[in-house]
Amino acid sequence: MSNNAALKDLIIKMADDELILGHRNSEWTGLGPVMEEDIAFSSMAQDKIGHAWALYRILHEDLGGEHPDRFAFIRSEKAFQSSHLVELPNGEYDFSLMRHFLFDQAETVRYESLQNSSFAPFQLLSKKVKGELKYHTLHADAWIMQLSNAGEESYARMQTALNNTIALAAGIFEASPEHEATLIADKVYPGEKELYHRWQERIYPVLVKSSLNLPDMSTITPVYGGRQGFHTEYLQPLLKEMGEVFNLDTEASW
Amino acid sequence: MSNDSLDPRVNRLKLGAAGEVIKVEEGENWNVYEVFHQDKRGAHHEHVGCVHAPDPLLALVFAKEQFARRKKCVNLWVVKSADILAFDVEDEDMFANNLEKTYRDASGFKVMEKINKFKQSK
Repeated sequence: MSNNAALKDLIIKMADDELILGHRNSEWTGLGPVMEEDIAFSSMAQDKIGHAWALYRILHEDLGGEHPDRFAFIRSEKAFQSSHLVELPNGEYDFSLMRHFLFDQAETVRYESLQNSSFAPFQLLSKKVKGELKYHTLHADAWIMQLSNAGEESYARMQTALNNTIALAAGIFEASPEHEATLIADKVYPGEKELYHRWQERIYPVLVKSSLNLPDMSTITPVYGGRQGFHTEYLQPLLKEMGEVFNLDTEASW
Repeated sequence: MSNDSLDPRVNRLKLGAAGEVIKVEEGENWNVYEVFHQDKRGAHHEHVGCVHAPDPLLALVFAKEQFARRKKCVNLWVVKSADILAFDVEDEDMFANNLEKTYRDASGFKVMEKINKFKQSK
């Protein structure tokens, strides 16, 4: 296939987002606001790491890439293509929930579009994750509506979280200058611009029900850079911690 | 505040200031919801436990991860525990004579033999 390099680029950025956010969200395990939520949020963090693993496997098995574990744990920071949104520390629960909402809605429109991908492994994977994502967005939507309607302080915090997160979330849709046209022409996926529109149509009704104001999207500057290997100061410490056990002995058999 | 609790939901209610009117904001007062689990279409929903949640939707969201993560599941019900009407414990005597009325038990009829015989005859 002539577009292998383009496919790899798309898979790596999707997978890296899932891995890094999965790791971040798992940092809430044991610290969640109530036990029921702790379990739900941890479980969804595991799902994300599962999605990353499935994508790294496609890279390994279909495109001649490295073994998933080695690819996830040994790469340098510069080789990661995750967006800035997923790298940021958890902060408080309002930020984490808003990130979860904006990211999982973006993930949903992306996987939905892959159901018709010309790349067969994408079709299979998108069917496999469909049910999980349905739950993730149900959970996210329910929390956003609940907290936005739970008194003045709670509402203000959710609006602030949205204002602070929206440009970062828009950064998910950073297209590759090199590969984007090829991926669209080969019908691998409809392209970042199209997904960006679909995503806004998806989040808007939930924000309306929550009485939250979506900032004017034409005035925000999406936070790009992650897809090109430029990261925030928070990624390197995360990678070090995440790979700590694996790197004790990279040849160990588990 | 005189009665700090380890549970933030209790602290939010600002109990302990006697005489003051306490206004509970919508969603602030979490409830207990009973969870019922269905393992295949058409089967009975069976009670499996409970969750705390601010509203029925989140109760369902929580119940899914609490009770339907590993076991096979096709559907869940949640119902606010307070909406369940039950007999008082001291009313147990209403059921006391049941054991003397075994003639009412469906178990007295030996039909399996007949059913098996019929199946074999076919």
